[in-house]
Amino acid sequence: MTPLIRLDNLTVAYHRHPAIHHVSGAFAKGSLTAIAGPNGAGKSTLLKAIMGELRPAEGRVEHRLGRAEFGYLPQAAEIDRRFPISVIDTVMLGAWKKTGAFGRIAAAEVKRAGEALSAVGLEGFGKRHVGSLSSGQFQRVLFARLLLQDAGIILLDEPFTAIDARTTRDLLDIVSRWHGEGRTIIAVLHDFELVRAHFPDTLLLARELVGWGPTADVMSSANLMKARAMAERWDEDAEACEPQQAPAP
Amino acid sequence: MTAYDLFLAPFADFGFMRRALVACLCLGLGSGPIGVFLMLRRMSLMGDAMSHAVLPGAAIGYLVAGSLSLTAMGLGGLVAGLSVALLSGAVSRMTELQEDASFASFYLASLALGVLIVSLRGSNIDLLHVLFGTILAIDASALYLIGAIASLTLIVLAVIYRPLVAECFDPGFLRAVGGRGPVYHVLFLLLVVLNLVASFQALGTLMAVGLMMLPAAVAQLWSRSLPAMMAIAAVSAAASGYLGLIASYHLELASGPTIIMTAAIFYAFSILFAPSGLLRRFFPRPHLKG
Repeated sequence: MTPLIRLDNLTVAYHRHPAIHHVSGAFAKGSLTAIAGPNGAGKSTLLKAIMGELRPAEGRVEHRLGRAEFGYLPQAAEIDRRFPISVIDTVMLGAWKKTGAFGRIAAAEVKRAGEALSAVGLEGFGKRHVGSLSSGQFQRVLFARLLLQDAGIILLDEPFTAIDARTTRDLLDIVSRWHGEGRTIIAVLHDFELVRAHFPDTLLLARELVGWGPTADVMSSANLMKARAMAERWDEDAEACEPQQAPAP
Repeated sequence: MTAYDLFLAPFADFGFMRRALVACLCLGLGSGPIGVFLMLRRMSLMGDAMSHAVLPGAAIGYLVAGSLSLTAMGLGGLVAGLSVALLSGAVSRMTELQEDASFASFYLASLALGVLIVSLRGSNIDLLHVLFGTILAIDASALYLIGAIASLTLIVLAVIYRPLVAECFDPGFLRAVGGRGPVYHVLFLLLVVLNLVASFQALGTLMAVGLMMLPAAVAQLWSRSLPAMMAIAAVSAAASGYLGLIASYHLELASGPTIIMTAAIFYAFSILFAPSGLLRRFFPRPHLKG
């Protein structure tokens, strides 16, 4: 196993309260990992810290990857779907690495965008306005954008939330195809059944690391109980966490 | 009265009407598209706040230049408007205050400061001019400034169109691919302030946003594609200017408010008759077969 991204004693805090606390470990190249855990466990925070969007309060994220090598699927709620933009223009944003802010858009890219739309089952939807799509269709559009991005590491934040079963199945097919192509995939999920069925590795998080490894070992009922208990613990008057108190990785 | 008397004679006969017309057309071309982006970014009220924020700078320019010189007041207004925009953005990022709250605090303070400065030296007439504008008194140099701002606005919008759209629609994605979202946000704010400065002499600080927000709202009622919305906003703003000037000439009304009222009439008409307007809601067309 070649570690691609290593977390070293990583702590990220909001208002000094840790959202993720002393997490260490590594994502292997080509792995397909689910970040699972209860609400408020710090799953999305961890994803943003991996991308370098949040600055660690302590510890660090180590990798030798450029920004362009990350493909990121934000939570659907973070996007303004009433914005007047067409489906094909949204997919074309995936070519940003090549076009940049001002570059010319090559005909080949437009063709690839059309193919990406067909691959997610939305052939002929190009000229539609994104506001006219259902949540499932919109999620397919965002996957088409990821297809166009052609990134080596793909980060997905709650990709199957509020999505119908058939769309979830289709999008999972795309995820396993990416896995087969040797891409590294890290997905935040809260549906434990989905994690057990489709993700070989799991990082179980409840602000602190509960378990990280093969899904069958990590998702034991003892670990899940522990995760729930840890996530519900919140101390308004917590004392400062001294660096030497950190548990050994 | 012939159609010529009604629609062309005021401009053929009087130079000040011609200059006012050209100013209105330029303002419409620049402010319309800017207003569409402001609205899409949920910053409609922010534009209002910024137009008030221009006032103290313009007032200081007025004190220094001693008269209603658009260049001095424009320069002062530009500095003041930008400072308030950037400062309140910084305050909301660094404190618990939401952006609208910090904007409101800043613009109330600047409005009060501006009126105080004008009343130090000027008369009530000057104060009225600053608040409500003097579109019929625009001279050639003011016209050059307005024209330059409109041209610059359209050119910059064309150049930063793609990153600006990405920043409005999905800022998280732009950050993730390493696009410099905040740069385009600040450039856009600069355009907003520039256009407010351009509208300042014509419409005054209280109504300078009128040619931005009303046409933008009209555009959103008629179209769902961004380029079409910008075109509709620009045309409806320019048309409001033209029709407003004619109405104010023949009915002997104050020009600035008449122009904004014309834009408001376009808006009311659109609310009723546009595809997503009220009439369609009460008298829906039959649904299609597929």
